[in-house]
Order: sequence, then C-alpha cells, then structure tokens
Amino acid sequence: MLSHITILLVYQLAGDVIARTFELALPGPVIGMALLFTTLLAKGGAPEGFNKTALGLLEHLSLLFVPAGVGVMMHLHLIGEEWVALSAALIGSTILTIAVTALVMRGCARLSGRGDEDVDHMGGGA
Amino acid sequence: MSPDFYQIWVYLSTTPLLGLTVTLVAYQGGTWIYRKANLNPILNPVLIAIIALVALLFFTGTDYQTYFEGAKFVHFMLGPATVALAVPLYNQFRQVRRSFPSILIALLAGSATAALSAIGIAWALGASRQTLISLAPKSVTTPIAMGISEATGGLPSLTAVLVILTGIIGAVFATWTLNVLGIRDWRARGLAIGVAAHGIGTARALQVNEVAGAFASLAMGLNALATAVLLPILLGLIF
Repeated sequence: MLSHITILLVYQLAGDVIARTFELALPGPVIGMALLFTTLLAKGGAPEGFNKTALGLLEHLSLLFVPAGVGVMMHLHLIGEEWVALSAALIGSTILTIAVTALVMRGCARLSGRGDEDVDHMGGGA
Repeated sequence: MSPDFYQIWVYLSTTPLLGLTVTLVAYQGGTWIYRKANLNPILNPVLIAIIALVALLFFTGTDYQTYFEGAKFVHFMLGPATVALAVPLYNQFRQVRRSFPSILIALLAGSATAALSAIGIAWALGASRQTLISLAPKSVTTPIAMGISEATGGLPSLTAVLVILTGIIGAVFATWTLNVLGIRDWRARGLAIGVAAHGIGTARALQVNEVAGAFASLAMGLNALATAVLLPILLGLIF
C-alpha cells in the first residue's frame, strides 16, 4: 500500500519536473497520468495490489474536489454578475457536446461497417 | 459554560483539524442525501457538501484561507488521484480497443465542441476573459480541469464548481438529448456522456448499461488528456 502510494507520487513528481523543465501549460499530475498509462501499456498491466490501491483512492475521488470547490465563495460576486452567460454556456454547450460526440461516433461506426458490434438492442436509457 | 464555549471555538477555529473534519462530515452528509434520493443527479454529493461548507463558513465568519489550512490535506490527494486515473483508463482501453479509430475521431470532435461552444456562448453573452478561461475546461474531470484552469490563467475554484454543474447538467439532459437524436448504440451514448459530463455523467452511464459505462470512463480519461494538451494551444490562438 505504502509502496503503491510512493509510485503514484513518483509519477506525479516526474510529471511536475517535466512540466517545469519544458515550461508546459500541462498540469504535472496529467503528465504523470500519461506516463503511468504508457508504463501500463508497455508492461501489459500492473500488479493486482497496485490496481487495488489506485482504484481505492479513486473510490473517494469526488471528496477531493470539495476543498477547492468551497473556494467558489471568493467568486460569488463574479457568478452573480455573469450568471446568465454561465448558465447558458453550461447548458447549451453540454447538450451540444453530447449531440456532436454521439453523432460523430455513430457516423464513424457506420463508415467502418461495425455499426452493430457491442450494441445492446434494448434501446434508450443512458 | 458560555465563556468556555467561546474559548473552545477560538482555539478550534485556528487548528487545521476543524477544516479537515467539517470537509469529511459535509461530504458524507451529501453522500447520505444522494443515496436516500436514489442517486438523483441533481442532489450531487459534492455540490451539497460545497453549499453546506460555504454556508457554514459564511455564518461563522470564517475566511477561506483559514478553512483551507485544514482542508488542504484532502486537496493534496488530488495529484496522486489524477495519476491513479491511468489505471481505469488502461483497463477500459483494453476493453474498447476494436472501436478505437471511431472513438478517437468522435472524442476530438466532442472535445473541441465542449471548449469552443462554451467559450462562444459565454462570450456572446458578455462574460469576462477570466470567466471564459475558467469555463473552457468545464467538461473535463475536476482535478484535471482545475490544473488546466490554473495553467492557463483561470480561477481553479470557479472551474471546479462549473465542472460539477456541467456533470449534473449532462447527467440530467443526456438521456433526453440522445433519444431525440435517435442514438441507440450504447458505445456512442456512453462516449457522448463521458466527453460532455466526465465522472458524474460516467456514474450515470454505469447505472444504465455496462458498455455505455466503459465507453464513458474511457471518454472521460481521453478527453482530459486531449483537452490538457490542446486547450492551452487553442486559448493561445483565441486570446
């Protein structure tokens, strides 16, 4: 468990060092994630124990957003001033993104002639 | 007794223990309500916890910096947790390898739509530059969206709340949107939810269909990577 956390921290640290060295606008942990993903691809997976620690940490992922989210209290005036633009952008853009992604995916799947693969024929729901 | 209570409060309000404890209590309270409401996406536990904590800080006159002294121990774990996202990403990648070319094209189209349409709509309605930058990564999973927001000059905490609201909107509107468009392929349905509404949408997709859930989780991970790489370049072109 401790060694698994250490591995995650080492990857994060490596990501941070790379981001600073090459002055990338990418968050260090994201580079760490990409490095770990590459390692997993190269090694064909991780030991069971490591997977368990990683997935255990992710089980409470949403808790980790709370402290930063509370910081919104410092921007309440900004939200009060721009709430119309923000709500319209969030609702409009989210629906548009769902539509574009689904339509492009369906189009590509049809073009590649595998339209029915993995399809559950129960219809709507997700 | 009352002078003692005041003394205790003065002491507690300066220790990190209080900020850390109320964060965990608020989150577990939010989770309890969410479960009681049969996982209704509108009652998102993170949103409930944030509203409860903001109200608490407001009524006790505590400033955010004091609260964060304690909450930073939770916040710190975001980094290692982001790295750990590689594990489910790898597991899903193996499952969906066959559809990969289609996934990649749909992902890039969705990723660009998410950022550009949000910026476009908010800009047309007069939002400020900092708001636009904070809004751009709204479809990306929270820890990475906050990192992108910080790296590109936005307000990470504003981004965090916009991301959570996006997830809730996606979870609420996805079924309706996809049914109107007549999308029946679970792969396309899952991918669309994962790109648009990250983890909150993915949780919703997993409740409905396993294939949709796998595609949604993969889409969430890949969209985070794609946005982290492409958005700074895109913002550089726009601003």
